Amino acid sequence: MNWITNYVRPRINSIFSRREMPENLWTKCDECGTMLFHRELAENLNVCTNCDHHMAIRPRDRFTALFDNGIFSEIEVPKPLSDPLHFRDQKRYPDRMKAAQRSTGEAEAMLIAEGEVGRSRIVAAAQDFSFMGGSMGMYVGNAIVAAAERAVKRKLPFVLFSAAGGARMQEGILSLMQMPRTTVAVQMLREAGLPYIVVLTHPTTGGVTASYAMLGDIHIAEPNALICFAGPRVIEQTIRETLPEGFQRSEYLLDHGMLDRVTHRGKMRDELITIIRLLTGQPPAVRGDLPAPEPIVSEPDAPVAPPTAEAPKTS
Amino acid sequence: MNYLDFEKPLAEIEGKAEELRALARRNEEMDVEAEAKALDKKASDLLVDLYRDLSPWRKCQVARHPDRPHCRDYIEALFTEYTPLAGDRNFADDHAVMGGLARFDDTPVVVIGHEKGHDTKTRIERNFGMARPEGYRKAVRLMDLADRFNLPVVTLVDTPGAYPGKGAEERGQSEAIARSTEKCLQIRVPLISVIIGEGGSGGAVAFATADRLAMLEHSIYSVISPEGCASILWKDAEKMREAAEALRLTAQDLKRLGVADHIIKEPMGGAQRDRDATIAAVGKAIGALLAEMDGQSGKTLVKARRKKYLDMGSKGLAA
Ligand SMILES: [Zn+2]
Repeated sequence: MNWITNYVRPRINSIFSRREMPENLWTKCDECGTMLFHRELAENLNVCTNCDHHMAIRPRDRFTALFDNGIFSEIEVPKPLSDPLHFRDQKRYPDRMKAAQRSTGEAEAMLIAEGEVGRSRIVAAAQDFSFMGGSMGMYVGNAIVAAAERAVKRKLPFVLFSAAGGARMQEGILSLMQMPRTTVAVQMLREAGLPYIVVLTHPTTGGVTASYAMLGDIHIAEPNALICFAGPRVIEQTIRETLPEGFQRSEYLLDHGMLDRVTHRGKMRDELITIIRLLTGQPPAVRGDLPAPEPIVSEPDAPVAPPTAEAPKTS
Repeated sequence: MNYLDFEKPLAEIEGKAEELRALARRNEEMDVEAEAKALDKKASDLLVDLYRDLSPWRKCQVARHPDRPHCRDYIEALFTEYTPLAGDRNFADDHAVMGGLARFDDTPVVVIGHEKGHDTKTRIERNFGMARPEGYRKAVRLMDLADRFNLPVVTLVDTPGAYPGKGAEERGQSEAIARSTEKCLQIRVPLISVIIGEGGSGGAVAFATADRLAMLEHSIYSVISPEGCASILWKDAEKMREAAEALRLTAQDLKRLGVADHIIKEPMGGAQRDRDATIAAVGKAIGALLAEMDGQSGKTLVKARRKKYLDMGSKGLAA
């Protein structure tokens, strides 16, 4: 918290609430409604500077913030068959894929990479919720298998950031088969004695939770992430049970023994460094020794000054 | 006899034949046999016609038919010395999952399966075959036992899916399913699985990740129920026919996709029309599949099982 968030921010919001916002520069926090500058939000890793709500973060931005100096090398994922079932609902699956690729600029719902985190080399995977809900199909399965194989080959810890609505229905049974498939990948890591750390982010549900996301050596979740097999709406509709406050959220799962920790995104990198170094028998991280990550800037646009207030400087 | 909606014309003809015969039993002078036989013939022709090329949605209905043999029926008929073992040693015993020690053709095995129940009382008791976390954890415990004492494992899969309930979520059903699938991939003994009705998503994967997967001719195995898929992708649960088609959830499609290894033929008109013949056919298949695994070392089994799943799906429908 600082004077900007305490004082300027509410004023800006009250001024802007009745005006049209230049949408490309501002994002509204869906938790507290605060209008946030893109640049400032990005520098805060897409966590609301007002209420700490963790918004989705794209895998590339996540990796840029995670790896030392933002440097990582992407690992190639073997391409699966496209549209193995010739699936068609109201749209053809290939058309849905193309639309997702256009809107995200990514090939698929998972990015895998190798690089250094606090000078420890690791392999990391991050699931992209903005790509068809992060859904797990053959590509995601291939990515996890490829990442595990790389980790085994180079004897590196594997950190996976999960985010998915579940399995990709358009790949039918073959998406379901990614549950055993990714489980085999986890077993490769385990047999090689390599740490497998899962960071569960909002939301992690369905077949993803019921396979690789719940098989980590360590389970860390970001605050208030929905983590479940059957979602709250499904439960309320089918069983008509009323659900308690915070049900299936990170803190609730922590209380029920399913997670090791709930960690703020801003502290995640340091925490991962500590855990990786402890698990791999490395000496403690020395602060000065560790290169700081570069701040990430998704869009280079300069903030437009709001009409009656100074454009807030980043704090 | 319970008829499915698409069997209505059949119900009428079979009903008529039955009525005629009942009439004749009350009235000795009446000779209805010729007429009744003609109706029988008509019915059996219609049955062949209806079942010759069942649509995926109709297969879903047959797979869920309440008169199909269930897990308990198979265990009673095909195994001897069945000794149920209960509990997950943690919280409870889940009645949706049966399991224990038994003999199959004199060989000691561990058998595990989903049981849906056969009337209102048992269906509620069995939670309609929807396991809670304790069911998967019991299965993990039994698979561990099998692994330690070198007993082959036979699983019988018949579940609409995991139970969408508050307690099941609270007690970590995601983790329980994941651990059960993981255990399937770890045990150093043969693991044969048969889908006898419904293979509903994660709840099925937890038991069906096997060296050999057999499916009854009209059973299904799917990532989501056609109704669920329809309501998400079509925004209309009534589009379940289209969804069933698109999902490729029939035993025949799963064989083409390399997910199922073997299809067990059902009697004409489905398993419910001749339960004994169905059970016998399943028994024969289990015996044959276990024999295929015979003599393989634990290490070989695990390696081949993992490879099977790693390679799965790489050829799509051309597998
Ligand atoms: Zn906020």
